[in-house]
Amino acid sequence: MDVNQYLEIFIEEAQEHLQNLNQNLLGLEVNPNDSNLLNEIFRSAHTLKGMSGTMGFSSLMGLTHEMENVLDAIRNGKLVVYSEIIDILFECLDFLEVSVGHISEKGKEIDKDIEPLKKKLVDIINKKDVTEITYHNSSTDKRIMDLTFNQYDENITIQAIAQGMRVFKVEVILSKDCMLKSARAFIVFKTLEKYAEIFKSSPRIEDIEDEKFDEGFKLAIITNENSDTIKSDIEGISEIEEVLIEEINQTFEGDKAHSNEVAADKVEEDKADHEETHAKKNKIGKTVRVDIDRLDNLMNLVSELIIIKTRLEGIDSDSTDQNMTEALEYLERITTNLHDAVMKVRMVPIERVFSRFPRMVRDLSRELEKDINLQISGEETELDRTVIDEIGDPLIHLIRNAIDHGIEDKHERSNSKKAPVGKVDLRAFQDGNSVVIEVEDDGKGINVDKVKRKAIKNGIINQVESDALSEKDAVELLFKPGFSTAEVISDVSGRGVGLDVVKTKIESLGGTVEVETSTNNGSKFIIRLPLTLAIIQALLVNVGNEKYAIPLNSIKEITSIKTNSIRNVQGQEVIVYRNGVLPIVRLTNVLDIKDYKEDEEELTIVIVKKGEKNSGFIVDSLIGQQEIVIKSLGKYLASIKNIAGATILGDGQVALIIDSNSMI
Amino acid sequence: MNNSSTNRQFVVFELDNEEYGIDILRVKTIEKVARITRIPKSASYIKGVINLRGEIVPIVDLREKFKLESKEESDNTRIIIVYIDDINVGLIVDSASTVMEINNDMIEAPPESLGNIEQNNIYGIGKLDNRIIILLDVFKMLNI
Repeated sequence: MDVNQYLEIFIEEAQEHLQNLNQNLLGLEVNPNDSNLLNEIFRSAHTLKGMSGTMGFSSLMGLTHEMENVLDAIRNGKLVVYSEIIDILFECLDFLEVSVGHISEKGKEIDKDIEPLKKKLVDIINKKDVTEITYHNSSTDKRIMDLTFNQYDENITIQAIAQGMRVFKVEVILSKDCMLKSARAFIVFKTLEKYAEIFKSSPRIEDIEDEKFDEGFKLAIITNENSDTIKSDIEGISEIEEVLIEEINQTFEGDKAHSNEVAADKVEEDKADHEETHAKKNKIGKTVRVDIDRLDNLMNLVSELIIIKTRLEGIDSDSTDQNMTEALEYLERITTNLHDAVMKVRMVPIERVFSRFPRMVRDLSRELEKDINLQISGEETELDRTVIDEIGDPLIHLIRNAIDHGIEDKHERSNSKKAPVGKVDLRAFQDGNSVVIEVEDDGKGINVDKVKRKAIKNGIINQVESDALSEKDAVELLFKPGFSTAEVISDVSGRGVGLDVVKTKIESLGGTVEVETSTNNGSKFIIRLPLTLAIIQALLVNVGNEKYAIPLNSIKEITSIKTNSIRNVQGQEVIVYRNGVLPIVRLTNVLDIKDYKEDEEELTIVIVKKGEKNSGFIVDSLIGQQEIVIKSLGKYLASIKNIAGATILGDGQVALIIDSNSMI
Repeated sequence: MNNSSTNRQFVVFELDNEEYGIDILRVKTIEKVARITRIPKSASYIKGVINLRGEIVPIVDLREKFKLESKEESDNTRIIIVYIDDINVGLIVDSASTVMEINNDMIEAPPESLGNIEQNNIYGIGKLDNRIIILLDVFKMLNI
């Protein structure tokens, strides 16, 4: 009973630890020797175990305990990380996730047998002898590779190969009875320098000169010669025991070279960033969890404060009291800062959403047997919390689509001479007042003809319409309800509830989504979202005795016309403007404004654009441009047309926002 | 304590000289009439929206909704803000006065017809002393 009040905290923290575990395990899979990662994982698992024990969730505790044993064995060097261990650990994480989910719904643990999983973990530890042997085998193969390249060296390598030179790693082992090791090394250097450039050595050249090495040293060279010449030349020197030579080309070829470079880059960065990450983690420790409702409430109170402030300013306008004016100015400054601060509190880095994708992509690429390299950038980009909560599902959808439909299978990729590893880029960045999220793949691109055929088959368009469609418009068909191009319905995507759901969701967040595609080069989905709580620039206008806001980004220009220049064409009022025909919309009619008297001679017209189409809205007068906060009219008024929402003006009055798109 | 389980509290208000009640658990606040912004092309009983401490709340004119004669606003006119899940709606009433406790035994099923109010808008008829209070089912009345 008394533990129940901690249940919520337990669930939140457990989910956080699971997320960390997921992320770090993925990292460990790539860098099996990163002890920092391992410690991090161990700590998360340990904390999770402790928490579960305190809460009395025995199967959670049991499982994490076994996981901890395995991790401990790895940490102490008794076990070596290999992919099956990671797989089993992931399996455990999945179980833990389900279990924690179950606890959050039902308040108790899931009734599922954990023994099989536990047994797998125990088996890992018992099997360790086998793995040690395999590890040793693989390590001898890779002895030369011990000469690790940093980014600088890699750049040299790539450039050299690009210029048609060859790059070798050479290991020279001197005879045990060699007396003057540094002299022998000097001869080796001299021999090589006749036709090669040594750009790296291990140990360092200074150390070799000082004889600070055992029986051998390693070099990296650039040359035009082949490996046999080099080998025989060095072996020709006396007191040389053995020469190992390895050409470096396979890892730095074509596209793969690039991806490896980036991957290596990433490792370097990771290392460099490590300190920073640690600092960041410590910072996270100092946060407070707050219910989003409370923040909404705070936000509303701040809006109220601003409205009251505006009212005070109105009252004060007659007064000449210096103190009063000063106090008001001070109040103004504070409220503005307060407003900004509260807005910032609601901003969350998009990392929260992105962090779950590497795991998803890993699982998908196994399931579909496609090698995928997911590259994420801009995860620090901040978005409003409400948007963050909603954007996850659409992104999952797009990434799955990219991997399932976009990236070809291995066979097809090799046929079209592409790198075997498919690339999916996930990018986020801020662009002016909006945040852009891009999902790009290097797959086969969207087959426009197939899309058209499918659309005809599904009755979305007919043949005539299809012929008239431009390529760009045809791609848009993907977003129509009831569309799915997958020939075989897979588990991953293509249940026919595809992209229209994505589009609807993003539009409900006030955003847009578009596609760029090019055959054989891949597709790119571009999502644009408003930066925050939908603050926009708007033009406030008077229509009759009511005030309305028109979003500034849809306004093309403002002009005035003579009343008698309006013509009637097929029941539609138009004017001739700038050599074109401009349809006229009388807002008083559309908005049902009664007792309204039109100016006899001149009319003010706001020209609004929707795509290529323009339309002139007749208004009474302009009030001015203002930054407004869009508020929804709410579910109860969801059926109202022509109105995109409402905003609260400085004096507390509500003004409606005109949905110009629906009027054109 | 035992009695309270059979007692329910209602916010009682007046509309065209009759008394109505709304379950207090559905009532958020009672407000004086604020400036209402008309919503074009909406149902006739929707008066518009108000700014309730930074939140946009739609306002329903209960007289119009119940097809009663409309009446000028007075000092007594109030807006009762009711909430259902996360939806807030304000109801314009002639006046709102008290909170009353009515025993479940004193609540009768609604009669077949009651003027212009549809039967399923009514939860029951409450009797207290000599007063007859029409208890509204907010959920059904607002059609949410």
